[in-house]
Amino acid sequence: MRLTADEQAMLEGRRGEAVRDAIRYQIQVGEFWNAERFVPITNAHMMGDIEVMGDAGFSWLRGACEKRARCAIPITTNARCIDFAFAEGLGQDPGEAAKEREIIQLLREMNVVTTDTCINYQTIYQPHLGEHVAWGDTGTVIYANSVFGARSNFEAGPAAFAAALTGRTPEYGFHLDRHRKGTFVVRLEASLDDLADWGAVGKIVGERHQNYFAVPAFTGMRRAPVADELKHLGAALASYGSMAMFHMVGVTPEAPSLEAALGGNRPPDEIVIDDAALERVYAGYDLRDRSANLVVFSGPQLSLLEMKSLGSMLRGRRLHPGTQVFVTTSHGVKSAARELGYLADIETAGATVLEGVCFYILQNLSQMRERNGWTNMVSNSAKIVNIIGAHRFNTILRRTRDCVEIACTGKLQ
Amino acid sequence: MSAPLARIDVRRAFGPVVEGEAVVSTEGFSPRYDLDRWSGVITRPGHKLEGTSIRDKICFFPTAKGGIAAGWAFFDVKHKGIAPKALVFGVTNPVMVQGAVFANLTITEGWSPHPADVIRTGDWVRVDPARKVIELLRR
Repeated sequence: MRLTADEQAMLEGRRGEAVRDAIRYQIQVGEFWNAERFVPITNAHMMGDIEVMGDAGFSWLRGACEKRARCAIPITTNARCIDFAFAEGLGQDPGEAAKEREIIQLLREMNVVTTDTCINYQTIYQPHLGEHVAWGDTGTVIYANSVFGARSNFEAGPAAFAAALTGRTPEYGFHLDRHRKGTFVVRLEASLDDLADWGAVGKIVGERHQNYFAVPAFTGMRRAPVADELKHLGAALASYGSMAMFHMVGVTPEAPSLEAALGGNRPPDEIVIDDAALERVYAGYDLRDRSANLVVFSGPQLSLLEMKSLGSMLRGRRLHPGTQVFVTTSHGVKSAARELGYLADIETAGATVLEGVCFYILQNLSQMRERNGWTNMVSNSAKIVNIIGAHRFNTILRRTRDCVEIACTGKLQ
Repeated sequence: MSAPLARIDVRRAFGPVVEGEAVVSTEGFSPRYDLDRWSGVITRPGHKLEGTSIRDKICFFPTAKGGIAAGWAFFDVKHKGIAPKALVFGVTNPVMVQGAVFANLTITEGWSPHPADVIRTGDWVRVDPARKVIELLRR
């Protein structure tokens, strides 16, 4: 990689040991991808909690702090694994909770803003067209690239943190024009009335094109989608397909027309998604013992408008005895939902609203599953239905209103 | 040293030269979605390698799945002593690379010929990132 004088100084250790280690690591990653140079970034978003880092990552972070690592640009944190107010009730390990508290302190000391949210793009920072950032989780990246027209690769925790220390990231992948063009076309003929429908589209498209550099260009929308719909679509595309960008003609900024979205690419055929295709997704889940004792609204965290909508569906109702419902959102959204009364609607029905976490990375989740006798997990999030498998849940995607019915009747259909 | 029985050229590569037993998967991989990070066994119900340990193996996967959390996972499993020796991908994503580099774990992307044509699970193979080759040493 070609280095500027600044970058050379970093590599020689003139900005301290932590910055030297960071840029050395970034160069190794950049060289793998044949990056020619670094690109300056304005914002980073990192995943860093005890469940994903483990003790090894925790020790590494301590080491970085001892080397006086200090982030040079704004960096926020993704959802974490413990909501301290609920840790004991959920049977989470007090030792791990103590480590989590220390991680938060270490990050703050290193100039990291511990927002603990995977919907930073809805609640914290909205980069503009062409702005280079270094974000993770995947849902944040696909939203940044697609909806804002900003530029980011998937940046894992150590990579986003390194980027914040040096203020730059290797220029490859979605920082480059040539990777941002649509590589295939998807025509949407389905009604797409529910968030889960948008996630199901992401599942169908992602499963067929498991490739980071595949970029779907959607056409045929019957109406302009709203932010939460694009969020569920993007999160599912990223999860099932490992994709980091999509275009939606007439909706996203780099797709004023299909020709612009494809930028000279000529995909041979197109995928058509109609109502029947979505119904096949919903019909495709094995219901196992038909147990309906766990319904989850999480992954991504709920926006304030999703909280409002869920609150109105649960208002005046009670969860079926034995059924547990978990909702996860950000600190800010939970606080606002409390002020606005949405939280009371959800909690009075018997649901648990966790903040600053995502359900699938909850510390001790496998043990929690065993202790509670959960076999099935029902959710309106196609993403979480996909990613929670290693914890041995049998997962079932259902529309939001169906999830609420299942939770209140205990009947899974 | 006898000549390798077969050779695969890879497109991109990082890490030290390693030798080990091959595990060839027809399904993609994520250390978060598919792997029990306490045992090193693939536990995702229905995964083509469900029940298989990847500890000390040279793992061939056609694709990488998901997820940012994988970035810390390789470092974690390496320190638990249950990491694979190398990850050989047909197509990978930046997180796998960032995670593998962070853990100093050998990783490659792109292959010719396709490993399914020359390598079987249980074969003994060597990955040489500097030369961008994978060699079948014995079976």
